Amino acid sequence: MSVRLISALSFVVFAPLIGGLISGIDRRITARMQGRFGPPVLQPFYDVYKLLQKENVIARVRQNAYIDFYLLFVIFSGMLLFAGQDLLLFIFSLTLASVFFILAAFKGSSPYSLVGAQRELLLVMGYEPMVLFAAVAFYMATGSFWVSKIIVHPVLLIKLLPGIFLGFFYILTIKLRKSPYDLSTSHHGHQELVKGLTTEFAGPSLAMIEVAHWYETVFLLAFVYLFFAATPWLGALAVVVCYFLEILIDNVFARAKWEVAVKSSWLVAAVLGFGNVAVLYLLKGF
Amino acid sequence: MAYFKKSPWIIHYDATSCNGCDIEVLAALTPLYDVERFGIINTGNPKHADIFLVTGAVNEQNKMVVKNIYDQMPEPKAVIAVGICACSGGIFRECYNVLGGPDSVIPVDIYVPGCAARPEAIIDGVVQALGILEKKHLARKEARKQHDRIAAN
Repeated sequence: MSVRLISALSFVVFAPLIGGLISGIDRRITARMQGRFGPPVLQPFYDVYKLLQKENVIARVRQNAYIDFYLLFVIFSGMLLFAGQDLLLFIFSLTLASVFFILAAFKGSSPYSLVGAQRELLLVMGYEPMVLFAAVAFYMATGSFWVSKIIVHPVLLIKLLPGIFLGFFYILTIKLRKSPYDLSTSHHGHQELVKGLTTEFAGPSLAMIEVAHWYETVFLLAFVYLFFAATPWLGALAVVVCYFLEILIDNVFARAKWEVAVKSSWLVAAVLGFGNVAVLYLLKGF
Repeated sequence: MAYFKKSPWIIHYDATSCNGCDIEVLAALTPLYDVERFGIINTGNPKHADIFLVTGAVNEQNKMVVKNIYDQMPEPKAVIAVGICACSGGIFRECYNVLGGPDSVIPVDIYVPGCAARPEAIIDGVVQALGILEKKHLARKEARKQHDRIAAN
């Protein structure tokens, strides 16, 4: 078997374990930041295992089919990234995954689910430009969209793409569903939206959403690693620091309105994303 | 082993409580009691919840709400009546619009008396409900097995 296939398959097997563990550590650190003791580190696994044993209540007949596709495409996107495939394909596949999730929420058809779906659409609109700028900038810096080529690029990419990195870190808050941009699926404690997108999903389907989020966490952190791929230890450090900062941001900020989320992410994309691309263009002269 | 004991998610509904018991329920989430240590989460969504925590007596206005929340929760589920009003109607029992505790509308598994119920008592009630959840889960599994056996024959 080729290295790429092994890498992709090990992502499928190990990402949920790592993602669940990260989520457990996240909850523990969050609790400590709030002066609490917090749940066991393995708590997310207990939760998912319990959800799998619950009854699968549905509001509409086909709503869970969309969740199946959401999980499928999240795994597929991660496999593309870990197999060193095309970065653009990865981004489009990831977008397709979120589209399935949004469709699922629309199908759920409770007011909370609908509001969650509409907010998620706005958030996708907010973060998508920055993600595309990141792909373009990676191409301009390395001359390739292929992750396998980007990862072996001899230059430390953060030196060429500092703006892109900061911009990506900004939208990472949205993607990881952290406060202030947890508009579409609120935390359990904040209940004005009930649980937004996931309101209508119970038991096994909710477990699938949770597992999909673990997969997502892992490949988003892998994306952060790409910026530091030339120096692996620095990459690992950057991933840890980035995630810790996300937890900190999550605990420090109250939830923002959607206008703030969309406008600020576009501003970040325009200034940091486009600015970095423009500077690269001037330096390299394409 | 079923993990209901390790991850009980709660939905809390204030029927006609004076907010005394509700404050105590929320106190259990604060750093002093920190029920998240046991994986207990206050969800606010009946479809995600395992345990239904009702405070206050049920009246004509909200009996449908209580029943609706109960019906929307996926099996297995348990109901805890918190506070003396939820146990029996309390001092509101004789009011013209009060039906009594939530057990006049839905089956209640655990009664936590008190005015207001203390956070320790509420947490103890939830812990006892976990045993019931586990039993209900096993009963459900057994019923499904039997159903499959009949279907196979």
